[in-house]
Amino acid sequence: MLNQKGRHPVPDLMPSLSCNLPVDRPSAIHHLKLLLQEGLPLVAQPYQHLAEQTGLTEAEVIRQLDHWCADNLIRRFGIVINHHRIGYTSNAMVVWQIPKSKIDQVGSDISATGLVSLCYQRQSGGSQWPYNLYCMLHGKHRQEVLQRLKKLQTSCHLEDTPHAVLFSTRQFKQCGGRYNGSIDSIRQERPCRQ
Amino acid sequence: MQTMTSNSGNKQNACRAPDVQPSLDELDRQIINHLQKGLPVCDTPYAKAAEALNITETTLLERLNTLINTGYLTRFGPMYHAERLGGALTLAAMKVPPSAVATVADIINSHPEVAHNYERDHEFNLWFVIATEHPHQIEEVTTAIATESGYPVFNLPKQREFYVGLYFHA
Repeated sequence: MLNQKGRHPVPDLMPSLSCNLPVDRPSAIHHLKLLLQEGLPLVAQPYQHLAEQTGLTEAEVIRQLDHWCADNLIRRFGIVINHHRIGYTSNAMVVWQIPKSKIDQVGSDISATGLVSLCYQRQSGGSQWPYNLYCMLHGKHRQEVLQRLKKLQTSCHLEDTPHAVLFSTRQFKQCGGRYNGSIDSIRQERPCRQ
Repeated sequence: MQTMTSNSGNKQNACRAPDVQPSLDELDRQIINHLQKGLPVCDTPYAKAAEALNITETTLLERLNTLINTGYLTRFGPMYHAERLGGALTLAAMKVPPSAVATVADIINSHPEVAHNYERDHEFNLWFVIATEHPHQIEEVTTAIATESGYPVFNLPKQREFYVGLYFHA
């Protein structure tokens, strides 16, 4: 399996300079990256298909993908589902105010519960927004999310920790990010509708 | 579910609304649950995944095509890591009076760098993700939105990822 994100804390982000090591044909690699924007071809031998389109060999394509995954340039490889469509219509962003000395422990504890979809430390927004640890809770309805939160508080001893619960009430925009042009170029997928 | 005929280079569009609303059957659910965990990298990845699901490769490809075309799957393939590509991502928040929410949401959405924009039930009621090609552009976008809307924008950049595990049991 490629770079499957498990329940382990993700290492701190570091800039990477070694993205295209295995094959010394930048234009073919660039072409491969662009083709992958459209997703993995739904044919029996998708890497062979990409190889034919880029002038690489199938082995080179696979090696390049492995390398991008190992390098964390590709953070995940697989499917992204539209969670609303399968019934997960309720989501809450829960934010906590955690002392700096405890944030590693609490972040790891929350991540290990399996109750959250994401857990990030973020810069706080000053006195108006003192929260620094964020997690996302998804559920099929509001009550389920609240029950999940209660479980999270109990298992991580967060009952008395200052926090806020922000359910989403309207979605104004949701687009997948796209990475077009050069490796440094990220543009949003358009046109976009909510 | 009916299968579609397109079989190459699935066009993914997270924003596309589905044309039809078929329901998932048990096999669709198994496929979704299995492939969220990852896809093997080998010369015939679909055959390998199909074997694990105890179905034929053809059936899996047909089902995947349908799930993409009906909007259940929004992406299939690699998810790049924005920061490692040289770009930047941040979460931003605004505190806007209820009467101004729609107008300010439109201002936010008018910036192509904004990927997601949600209203949440809190005094800080507008939450959006900004993705730019270069890190310095984040501030340009937040400043522009603040200027155009007349309300301050709180930039809340990520400092550490503890867990990224979006998995939804179908």
